[in-house]
Amino acid sequence: MAFTAFSAQTSAAEPAAKRRSPIALFLLLPGILYLILFFVTPLISLVITSFQEPDPVRFGSFVNAFRWENYVIVLETYGEQSLRSAGFAALATLFALLIGFPLGYFIGITLRPYPLLQGLALVLVIAPFFISFLLRTLAWKQIFSDEGPIAGVLGALAILPPGQAITGTAFSVIFGLTYNFVPFMTLPIYATLASLDLRLLEAGNDLYGSPAVTFRTVTLPLSAAGVMSGTLLTFIPAAGDYINASREFLGSTDTTMIGNVIETNFLVLQNFPAAAALSLVLMAAILILVSLYVRRSGTEELL
Amino acid sequence: MTNNEVPQGGFAEAGADLELVGISKRFPGFTAIEELDLTIPAGSFFALLGPSGCGKTTTLRLIAGLEEPTTGRILIGGRDVTSTRAYQRPVNTVFQSYALFPHMTIIENVAFGLKRRGIKNADPLAHEALQLVELDHVANRKPAQLSGGQQQRVALARAVVNRPALLLLDEPLGALDLKLRRQMQIELKDIQSEVGLTFLHVTHDQEEAMTMADTVAVMNKGRIEQMGNPQELYELPHTAFVATFLGQSNLFTGEVTSSGSSSISVDVSGTTIDVRSDRAQRHRGRVTVGVRPEKVTLYDSAPKQSSDRNVVGPGRVTDVSFSGVSTQYEVTLPTHGVVTVFSQNTSITAMHHDGDEVWLSWDVGHTFGLADESYTAAGSRFQDDTDTSMIATQSREKLEAELGAD
Repeated sequence: MAFTAFSAQTSAAEPAAKRRSPIALFLLLPGILYLILFFVTPLISLVITSFQEPDPVRFGSFVNAFRWENYVIVLETYGEQSLRSAGFAALATLFALLIGFPLGYFIGITLRPYPLLQGLALVLVIAPFFISFLLRTLAWKQIFSDEGPIAGVLGALAILPPGQAITGTAFSVIFGLTYNFVPFMTLPIYATLASLDLRLLEAGNDLYGSPAVTFRTVTLPLSAAGVMSGTLLTFIPAAGDYINASREFLGSTDTTMIGNVIETNFLVLQNFPAAAALSLVLMAAILILVSLYVRRSGTEELL
Repeated sequence: MTNNEVPQGGFAEAGADLELVGISKRFPGFTAIEELDLTIPAGSFFALLGPSGCGKTTTLRLIAGLEEPTTGRILIGGRDVTSTRAYQRPVNTVFQSYALFPHMTIIENVAFGLKRRGIKNADPLAHEALQLVELDHVANRKPAQLSGGQQQRVALARAVVNRPALLLLDEPLGALDLKLRRQMQIELKDIQSEVGLTFLHVTHDQEEAMTMADTVAVMNKGRIEQMGNPQELYELPHTAFVATFLGQSNLFTGEVTSSGSSSISVDVSGTTIDVRSDRAQRHRGRVTVGVRPEKVTLYDSAPKQSSDRNVVGPGRVTDVSFSGVSTQYEVTLPTHGVVTVFSQNTSITAMHHDGDEVWLSWDVGHTFGLADESYTAAGSRFQDDTDTSMIATQSREKLEAELGAD
């Protein structure tokens, strides 16, 4: 459902193929098999697990049942973490948009007459991917650590109260999420702005639209597809992220997000039904949020 | 109206004068416009005619405010607008690429300018403008659902609806078929005379320029070669470029042998061609003279010499193409090369055939003398490099020159 937003640009314009070709189905076969094996099967297994109840005989293992109370329990127990996940992900998406849009605009429009610089700038956006996401996040932990340069300077300036760390706070977690997802926001925005016909902006200026008005009435609506793809690509993984918020990285017990809770339930507490129920709740919540978002911004309005 | 505001409310009462003073535009590596001075009086329909790459579109963009001149000033209605931005100028453009906003409906497109200027009844006015171009029934569609010709008419409506003091048209009829083009030419002319706006029309189509404009300026290599009303330009071109770009011309180069008060005589490979002094740009030395193909008459035998006619011949008809109203002959003369003649098909006996020996004659008063010293092979002063056959010709010439062939 959410993925229609990404393909909105092409699917809206082209009429649906009228003739069903067996070759097309054949070509789709590997994809379908892949989805069945690695998406549908685990999903069904997850649904079954989420309704399991503890085995009355063997402690620590679970048997199939229809224990829907699992969902009520996890929602009651982890409501705070769920809300925090949504809040952190939304803030990170907002900050990523505030950074990604100007960046995409700069690369896609300002640098358009200089293809070499444009290519170089794009490489710079993608360059962090050459280093492991975990290592980069750990590096930020070092930079933000109590003995690190930033805490030192802020402490010396008395901005940071004594005994207050930067890591383990909501700030550092949102910072980490923003930092890690900026490229996912920038690239789709860049892609739509790179194909924006600049003559339309000239027409806007010619028709008495000041640069600000032309930006609001022409540039922004025409880049909406990119903004939408970027926000979805950022919000969905950020809401389920468990690296940035974990204690080993930029978080603490005060910043636990739903991803951390699921991880703990699966790997530490080995409460598989709870973990499965939480995963499904997260999935459903994101699906509902995204479909509301897509409907509200109106895919059919996008070109 | 202050300098940094969008012009608000009301429409231009009438067209405004446009004045370009010493405009130059240099881009890295080349000069698009060189010291251009131009005055377009209010309410006139002015055409800037020239081949692609001659600087006419750059001129238009400078006036619209989409480019900044390297030197010079632009005045609209006496007010210096050189330093103002595009959105502050009382100017609207019909873009060659239409540049319709793809995310807006047709009516939103047309009302865009009105809304930016805070005009109250923007939508009814926009509908009126759409009625003018007969497209009101598609007001709620998106540009992508319209044909090229319809889009062009929307672009026209979107500019005209603002009643700007100066309307700039950048090849606005390029994508229309002949019938619609004629219709739009008439409509444009009507709008212009009805509203009294100043129109500046940029085109490479000489016929369009001549039929629509009061004044035509022929532009070449960043300069205006000649300016005047269409008839004047056609009957008395001043340069070889104008003579060949605006219609067809037969040109001859030779030395002036005698120069009287009323006419000069030019010796072209042994034949004397007379030109009236007031129709010649230069009166001594090596000059190029010419005549339009339809002014030349063909004769089967040598016509009687007379002082008011130029006679050239004999030559041989090498090509005849019949087009109904007229017949086009190509006559090859051993001393003067190929001469084109248009002959009205008014008499059934006057047909000439391939290989016939003919003499050419025309009125001395139809001869014009050009400012150019000499004129070499057709079209060599300008070659349209956008045309693929021209690119092929050029590369072939380059290759031949390299191989030393001729």
